[in-house]
Amino acid sequence: MYSVNYHRATSVADAASKAKGEAKYLAGGMTLIPTMKQRLAQPGDVIDLMHIGELKGIKVEGKVVTIGAGTTHAEVAASAAIKAVCPALCHLASHIGDPHVRHRGTIGGSIANNDPAADYPAAMLALDATIATNKRKIPAGDFFTGLFETALEEGEIVTAVTFVAPDKAGYEKFPNPASRYAMTGVFVVLDGGSVRAAVTGAGETGVFRSVEIENALAGKFEASALDAVTVPADGLMSDMHASADYRANLVKVMAKRAVGRAKG
Amino acid sequence: MGIEGIGARVARKEDKRFITGAGRYVDDMVVPGMKHAAFVRSPHPHAEITGIDVSKAKAMPGVIGVLAGKELKADGIGNLICGWMIHSKDGTPMKMGAWSPLAVDRVRYVGDAVAIVVAETKGQARDAAEAVAVSYKELPAVTDAAEALKKGAPQLHPEAEGNLIFDWELGDGKATDAAMAGAAHVTKMHILNNRLVPNAMEPRAALGHYDKAEDHYTCWTTSQNPHVARLVMSAFYNVAPENKLRVIAPDVGGGFGSKIYIYPEEIVCLWASKKTGVPVKWVADRTESFLCDAHGRDHITEVQLGFDADNRMVALKVDTIANLGAYMSLFSSCVPTYLYATLLSGQYAIPAIHANVRTVYTNTAPVDAYRGAGRPEATYLIERIVETAARELNVSPAELRRKNFIRSFPYQTPVIMNYDAGDYEASLDAAMKAVDYAGFGKRREDAKKRGKLRGIGMANYIEACGIAPSAAVGSLGAGVGLWESAEVRVNAVGTIEILTGSHSHGQGHETTFAQLASGRFGIPIEQVSIVHGDTDKVQMGMGTYGSRSGAVGMSAIVKALDKVEAKAKKIAAHLMEADEGDIVIENGTLKVAGTDKNVPWFQVALAAYTAHNLPAGMEPGLKEGAFYDPANFTFPAGCYICEVEVDPDTGRTEVIQFVAADDFGNIINPMIVEGQVHGGVAQGIGQALLEGAHYDPASGQLMTASYMDYTMPRADDLPSFKVSTTNTPCPNNPLGIKGCGEAGAIGSPPAVINAITDAIGNNDLTMPATPQKVWAAIRAATKH
Repeated sequence: MYSVNYHRATSVADAASKAKGEAKYLAGGMTLIPTMKQRLAQPGDVIDLMHIGELKGIKVEGKVVTIGAGTTHAEVAASAAIKAVCPALCHLASHIGDPHVRHRGTIGGSIANNDPAADYPAAMLALDATIATNKRKIPAGDFFTGLFETALEEGEIVTAVTFVAPDKAGYEKFPNPASRYAMTGVFVVLDGGSVRAAVTGAGETGVFRSVEIENALAGKFEASALDAVTVPADGLMSDMHASADYRANLVKVMAKRAVGRAKG
Repeated sequence: MGIEGIGARVARKEDKRFITGAGRYVDDMVVPGMKHAAFVRSPHPHAEITGIDVSKAKAMPGVIGVLAGKELKADGIGNLICGWMIHSKDGTPMKMGAWSPLAVDRVRYVGDAVAIVVAETKGQARDAAEAVAVSYKELPAVTDAAEALKKGAPQLHPEAEGNLIFDWELGDGKATDAAMAGAAHVTKMHILNNRLVPNAMEPRAALGHYDKAEDHYTCWTTSQNPHVARLVMSAFYNVAPENKLRVIAPDVGGGFGSKIYIYPEEIVCLWASKKTGVPVKWVADRTESFLCDAHGRDHITEVQLGFDADNRMVALKVDTIANLGAYMSLFSSCVPTYLYATLLSGQYAIPAIHANVRTVYTNTAPVDAYRGAGRPEATYLIERIVETAARELNVSPAELRRKNFIRSFPYQTPVIMNYDAGDYEASLDAAMKAVDYAGFGKRREDAKKRGKLRGIGMANYIEACGIAPSAAVGSLGAGVGLWESAEVRVNAVGTIEILTGSHSHGQGHETTFAQLASGRFGIPIEQVSIVHGDTDKVQMGMGTYGSRSGAVGMSAIVKALDKVEAKAKKIAAHLMEADEGDIVIENGTLKVAGTDKNVPWFQVALAAYTAHNLPAGMEPGLKEGAFYDPANFTFPAGCYICEVEVDPDTGRTEVIQFVAADDFGNIINPMIVEGQVHGGVAQGIGQALLEGAHYDPASGQLMTASYMDYTMPRADDLPSFKVSTTNTPCPNNPLGIKGCGEAGAIGSPPAVINAITDAIGNNDLTMPATPQKVWAAIRAATKH
């Protein structure tokens, strides 16, 4: 690791005021710290958001779920309040990384990093969540803009995510055998009459909604409704672990299993 | 703990310090004035070095020295050597290219060391290493062994035309061809054995300390064989004469072969310590381990197995290309030859066998012995083709094996080895019973109802362990003898130190070796200490690899214990005025048989050291040494059966059952043996399902250079193993033991792949059988 100046922010305003030049926010550090240790990132300053009280906490009012950006995956996984209205999100959080990652990594850090194989972006997109920052509110559909790219501006801090729990939701992923990141993960939502299906780990440009899956499920929210669907391999990632064809297959298979979970 | 002898399932004495974080590894060592090193490494797979500018690096904070290959050469530091001479079939010696510890004018793989930076802190050393400006002229590179042999391929070493190191053969080619031509059925396969990264938990490390006052060097290093390291560094690398060089291998966190070899880093740290005047420590990070530890396997083979009309094997013909990487590592040449082709008879009576092996330079990390070393490659080959033949012949895989088993011993194979003892059917029967082979059909039907493809596969491995008779290996080209040494020191109060030339880096020697003395003299096991890993403390020894610590290392201890026992009995007889032939040792007491006369063990020891009343002419003291050179290899063998379920939608394989039935001969500590089998099977399943070192052919970069991309087996990838043993004692060593360190890694890969191919109905599958590959193989099978 290169030498770096560490700052512990006491509030969101304090953090924002410290963000200058090549500074990086540390929201859990599950990506940033390994990257720095491998000397692939060289921020001059790191501003730690982990100790900001206003970023913590889970609030569920009726069906409206608000999760502070500094909430760890383990806290989401264990939240009885979320489980009561959207158990799929708890399931997702309980399968991120390993126990160490789940107790350090945060939802804000995950979505701000927007790793194309991360789990949370699929949930945010499918749940049609709203991402609150210290400056504005951004619909999830506008938030994730590309590989490791988001709508966040320089210095902008994610403060919370909010969504309305849908009627049904389910998430299933096929982990990369080595990294255990999602090689393909699909989050499906049945919300009134509408269906949303977001795919992570597979898209060349990051998380995306699968039109083919959504159209097939719109008629009948059943796994069998996907039997005849063909997911195109165009636009899907190809690497040594999985070809685009294989990922296209996984999108369909994971979508079917996610529907099974949503209904089960 | 108490008196714990041979056969006791005693907990490992060393584990308390390991599991409480109190082990002491090279990185824990601190020497006054010690500084830290970082290596500058090639980012290119193949390039000329056109210039090295160290001026900027030297000016950086904390930097003490920056040293490159030219200075190393000027100081007369030698090239790395390969210690086993192989001759091609035309009689010419192997073509060894030069491997300088720091590259001088050319780099040949990504990670090749170019310079060392010594600085006050590790961080400063790394910062400065990045500031060393090396100018490269990139050259075309080749990473695949078959490609490297093709005309027009990039050439690595001027000494090795066409990148061919040697073209070697074993066995009778003409007889094999004739038998094959007359065969009623011939099964043919193209088999790949995937390249693996050893991934010891502790990365390699070295601490070099030159003591100017004494003109003496000390090297702490992660070695499986510190004496061999001292010998080689002294005799070939000109670092220091042996009497001026102490090598210490303290606690070492796993080796699997990769820490046998003497690498550039320890040589350079010793040399740099003298150059800079400070002790120099280097600890590899995980990326360096991936890039620079000697890799394992990487074979491409064409194989044919012929049968007569009665399904008896008549001939085996093997043509292998083995990738040795960019340079010849210390024992790289013997792995695909005498540790591989000599085991091609497997457990079967095959009258004619011929193997041809070509070894090849490529722009990849050097390849050398990795857990099993040649024997996994041989076993994979033979057990895949036997299983395939059974499918082609439409006979039961178990029965085809049974029909061809070697049944009388000793058995001389056509490929050098003389099997001394075994009962292959006993292992097969035990494994089939343990796995409930008969009930598989029903389990397959049940799985089908759940939408899963269930398969079963077996592998009947044999290996040669306890390497080996010095004269035999010498005649085959080894540069060293493969005996082992021991010294047993009984202290004046009866406690014991055993000094062994074996080295423990996970094997549990501090427990098993102590059991030998505890049981024999009836003293508590905690009163027996094992000393190893320090050339200043322990007499010359050959170290630990090839499952030799038991069969060879413990045999040396037994010889020394025999001498101690004989002397102790003489003293006891003298003290009790009895005949020494009447003395027996029971529960820590030396007794005159049939009487109540006795002397406790500690009093005999005390008498030896007070020397007030010893038999006339006897020297004081109770300390004996022994060297043991085995008469033959040992031949552990067994049967492994794997049962899998494949998810046809994703191609994911789940190992449902894994049964290991091994014949290791007599067993010293069953718990440790089971642990060795568990670890070996985990590595073997890792090779079969998960692990594969992958170089991008276009860029020459190692794509699997971290755990993000290289799949290590994890607990949840594996079922609980069912292990058992049968026993045909080895007739060639005093304990009747065979060795158990590598069997798991040798026997399991073919069992797993045989099971998956059985499940999916497509035999065309390479390791690692990743979900993507299995899914594609299922699709290919259903398209037909």
